[in-house]
Amino acid sequence: MLSISNLHVSVADKPILKGLTLDVPAGEVHAIMGPNGAGKSTLGYSLSGRPGYEVTDGSATWKGADLLGLAPAERAAGGVFLSFQYPIEIPGVPALTFVRTALNAQKRARGEDEVSAPAFLKLVRAAASALKMDFDMLKRPLNVGFSGGEKKRMEILQMVLLEPSLLILDETDSGLDIDALRIVADGVNAMRSPERAMLVITHYQRLLDYIKPDRVHVLAAGRIVASGGPELALELEAEGYDKYLPVAA
Amino acid sequence: MNALNLKDASSFPSRRVEAWKYSDLRRYLKEAPQPSAATEIEGEGPFSTLGGEAMAFANGRAAGADAYVAAGEQTLRLRFVSDAIETGHTATARIAARPGARLLLLESHEGSGSAYVAHNRLDIDVPAGAEVTRIVLCDEPADVLSITEVEVRVAPGGVYRQTTVTNGAKLQRQATTVLHGGQDAQVWLDGVYEMNGSRHTDLTSVVRHVGLNGITSQLTKGVVTDTARGVFQGKLVVERGADGTDARMGHHALILGERAEVDAKPELVIYADDVQCAHGNTVGNLDEAALFYMQQRGIPADDARALLTQAFLIEVVDRIQHEGAREVVREWLEQKL
Repeated sequence: MLSISNLHVSVADKPILKGLTLDVPAGEVHAIMGPNGAGKSTLGYSLSGRPGYEVTDGSATWKGADLLGLAPAERAAGGVFLSFQYPIEIPGVPALTFVRTALNAQKRARGEDEVSAPAFLKLVRAAASALKMDFDMLKRPLNVGFSGGEKKRMEILQMVLLEPSLLILDETDSGLDIDALRIVADGVNAMRSPERAMLVITHYQRLLDYIKPDRVHVLAAGRIVASGGPELALELEAEGYDKYLPVAA
Repeated sequence: MNALNLKDASSFPSRRVEAWKYSDLRRYLKEAPQPSAATEIEGEGPFSTLGGEAMAFANGRAAGADAYVAAGEQTLRLRFVSDAIETGHTATARIAARPGARLLLLESHEGSGSAYVAHNRLDIDVPAGAEVTRIVLCDEPADVLSITEVEVRVAPGGVYRQTTVTNGAKLQRQATTVLHGGQDAQVWLDGVYEMNGSRHTDLTSVVRHVGLNGITSQLTKGVVTDTARGVFQGKLVVERGADGTDARMGHHALILGERAEVDAKPELVIYADDVQCAHGNTVGNLDEAALFYMQQRGIPADDARALLTQAFLIEVVDRIQHEGAREVVREWLEQKL
């Protein structure tokens, strides 16, 4: 269970999250929807420990363990994976090297055996093929010169290989055409399991046609202001976020 | 200013000499050092796995020949070995190639003493149709002074490639002067420095184009932490009549400590009309967004920094065409990071 209670987060001394409370049981997919500037990306960054996102109050635990006191790499080894809205380019580090370094660092942190190079290549080939990615692309520096869609597939490829237990998808559909969206969603859906929890952050309902949520939450002005079933997403699509926005004084 | 001569303290440059303003030798060396004693050379040096012939200097003294002429395809390991303590020595070597020769010159500065002063002078002749590749690996103690001055003459149609890789010293300078003959002669001058503590290195070069259609390509990258100081001085001179010259210079550094310093002085001096010359210089820090991204995927902060630093420097190493030499350099850098 991901359990977030009364979370307050400031960026450059400006409060962004203002008492966010949310529970996501393992095995469930929850969507976080909201207008621009509501704090959706801040939630993802806060849970994964990005510097500059200062937690001023509240708590967040995953499987009972406190997340907020851990370094970002420790959270990752503990199962937290954030799929970035804008994946970062890493010049000079081939994608294959990057993912293998990350996987083995996580395994070391958990006291597990590292994956050998041949075993790793076998895993990558299978995962890349399922995501319809060109294997040769993985020999290039991570994300450098990749199209928006290729970067998003690269995120899902890493997710498949790292096997996280808490998946946070930040605007994963942005920059994807319908074919790419279907492939990415298939990759995500294949990760669904009773041990995993997923937080799907999205502005638009479209992604939720492909990744069906168990619950939908509306995030506005730094708090969860409404929660419901999948029908809430359709309602938001039809009516917009206006009724959740703070009334101008 | 007289040429540097360790026996004559009046020849020691201070920062008042423009070419030495970032590397004040006189600050650390006020009097002529006592001459270093003879010593034996141990081991085969960092390039031993690449074979070839060897020319070695131990505390400045040649252990055999001090001149070499390459014919055909050859590898020469040129070793400057110092194990002196608080004394000084000068080594002088001459390297030449016959027309059509291809020489791989693997030069190592191997220091194991302390507080010594090493002064090396090297003369390299590259005639038409010859190709000389010089790879320099400097691995010296943090408390020594080490000055290497190289004069290179590249005849019309010759090719000279140089990559200097160093982790500095108390004060270290690798100065290269190239007379560029043009007529499709090519000169590549690259450098990598990776320094911590209070180390200092100075990569200085002057390339003078005197013929038509000469090509020069320079790329230097460096990383400094703690209070280390990197100096890059690159001067490109295109003489009257050296039309068609294509000369490019790049220096890029990462400063990873608040008290670390990089001084860069690129200079273009152009007397010809029809030339293409450019220089680029950047100094920055590691990309914070990239660091977080790597940590989010499980790579601990220190490992992420090392990986990004290595990725930054590797661009220069990848320009080394000889695979064996490239691997030695790559492994050496990896070990230092």
